[in-house]
Amino acid sequence: MTTEAADSTEAAGTIAPAADPGFLQRHGGTIEYVLIPGAALAGALVVFGIFVAMFGKNPLDLYFYMYYGAFGTWFSWQNTLTRAAPLILTALCTALPAQLGMVIIGGEGALLIGALSATSAALMLQGMPPLIVQIAMVIAGVVGGGLWIMLSGALRQYRGVNETISSLLLVYIGLAILNHLVEGAMRDPASLNKPSTREIGAANMIGSIPGTDVHWGLVFGLIAAIAAYILIYHTVFGFAARVAGGNIRAAKIVGLGVSKLILTICFLAGGAAGLAGMVEVAAVQGRTNANLAAGYGFTGILVAFLARQNPLAIIPVAILLGGISASGGLLQRRLGLPDASVLVLQGIIFVFVLASDALYGRIGFLKGKS
Amino acid sequence: MADGSIGLWTVPLAVFGGAIRVSTPFLFVSLGECITERSGRINLGLEGTLVMGAMSAYGISYLSGSPWLGVLAAGITGALLGALHAGICSLPRVNDVAVGIALMLFGTGLAFYLGKPLIEPTAPRLPAIDFGWWSDIPQVRAALRVNVLFLIGVALAPILYWAFRTTRWGLLIRTAGESSDAARAMGHSVLLIRLRATMVGGFLAGIGGSFLSLFYPGSWNEGLSSGQGITAVALVIFARWDPLLCLWASLAFGGAAALGPALQSVGVTSGYHLFNAAPYILTLAIMIITCSPKRTLTGAPAELSITR
Repeated sequence: MTTEAADSTEAAGTIAPAADPGFLQRHGGTIEYVLIPGAALAGALVVFGIFVAMFGKNPLDLYFYMYYGAFGTWFSWQNTLTRAAPLILTALCTALPAQLGMVIIGGEGALLIGALSATSAALMLQGMPPLIVQIAMVIAGVVGGGLWIMLSGALRQYRGVNETISSLLLVYIGLAILNHLVEGAMRDPASLNKPSTREIGAANMIGSIPGTDVHWGLVFGLIAAIAAYILIYHTVFGFAARVAGGNIRAAKIVGLGVSKLILTICFLAGGAAGLAGMVEVAAVQGRTNANLAAGYGFTGILVAFLARQNPLAIIPVAILLGGISASGGLLQRRLGLPDASVLVLQGIIFVFVLASDALYGRIGFLKGKS
Repeated sequence: MADGSIGLWTVPLAVFGGAIRVSTPFLFVSLGECITERSGRINLGLEGTLVMGAMSAYGISYLSGSPWLGVLAAGITGALLGALHAGICSLPRVNDVAVGIALMLFGTGLAFYLGKPLIEPTAPRLPAIDFGWWSDIPQVRAALRVNVLFLIGVALAPILYWAFRTTRWGLLIRTAGESSDAARAMGHSVLLIRLRATMVGGFLAGIGGSFLSLFYPGSWNEGLSSGQGITAVALVIFARWDPLLCLWASLAFGGAAALGPALQSVGVTSGYHLFNAAPYILTLAIMIITCSPKRTLTGAPAELSITR
């Protein structure tokens, strides 16, 4: 994974080819990174269409409603972008550690812990000016989620515990802690049917981008993705991380502090997912309850893989996947498909994207020098 | 001791009963994963397989009226998902961990989709053997109502242990897991061995799922398995790829998972969610204790990507 990510920058032109700079040869690699995931996506849509047709629905209706529900109107665009915001952040939770060759899939847990921390911060600072509360929520969310994933990184580095499994176990532990607190110590006595914490207060909500219904969380996501891109591809730290991801022994020989890299990257990754949790609390829910476990963390894994772990590519992919989940409601109402159909489509896309890994470097007309 | 009121003894008894009852899915998934991992590949998708198995078992049992057909259907579903995993992993440069994650999401999504109409109806459940007939205490009788699948699983563990050591197939699977070059030099297709090992692993995991929907808890809903499949995959790692250790570990896990409901039944409700997370906390704790950053784990198949 990481070596491929490194290849992509090379192909993108940071290292100029020596001779014969034909367009395909210069950009063949980049085209591949758009064309192959695109083809995988198209293939997945066709298979999903066949799947839906088996249940007697018209696939063409399906595609139309998917498009309409995701990008057809200004309303659906806003819905899509609102869902894309947490996806960008949870995708970073998988994409950043991937630079080090680590497969972290516990973004959902970091999101929940981030939400819980942010809510706690807001409830403790009731009565303070909203800006201070909001800043405290961001810090609490990032630190809470960051420490959560850093735990996986530390276990991997110091105890050799597989980070994929530990991060997933931490999702279930995080959910248990959230339920425990929400139904116990932090419960708002007024929340009868759906145990929740007290509300953070309308004044402390982060609100919408002017002229839209899209909340500011989208901007948080965009900034985080761009910052992650700069960190990975344009700083010494990111270079060191990619070296360590490519060859851990070489990294140790040249004296890179691998432990520090792992812990820092995992903290940032978890921090991004924790920020997603904060955004969901401060822009959507207004409080913490089990609604937060909506699967953004798991869809984020798919976003990261579809974007080939590239932080910039995460942005359009998150919007695309946000669109798919936004169209779920319309598919349910107009076609009578169960709400899980979005999950099925995501699963099919994931399978196709991974299978398409076999195609890189094998498409005849794109075979350049690399 | 009066009948029906055995006081605090309820808790250890329920944990014991839980160790028998709740451990069965852990046992089947871990034995299946043991076979797959011994062949040199890890299938993290067994969480999805477990849920798909539970759904298809419930559906077939409901439609046919025979729970055992449901068990068979769950196994076949699992084997198909295993074949899908192995098929994609056979392609060059495809990462088996990532495919497992994809199939985990795909399997649960598909099960929720197809299982929507199954939440309402009641399907015939698997029968249990009453080993507690000698006792008058209802709790003891409840704890000793043992399902046949559990007994099959318990028998399977030593059989697999023996098969890995002495049979031709066991040797082939281990060869593929230790050195794919050696297996190839012997004239065997590593991909084919792994395909079969993953399909058998999926078959067992599917049966584990059928236990969830057809015996305990014994209904189909979307929260049926939250992480039991992945816990079982982790269990294989600290069971050191040994089927007999898988059995003991599964029993310990079943006991841990039964702790929450057991405490709730005697009125301790405060830490309910935390006690429910006990298997995950236990897994993590055992992994922390038993793993080491300095050496690869003893007994780990050399070809396994997750321990390299």
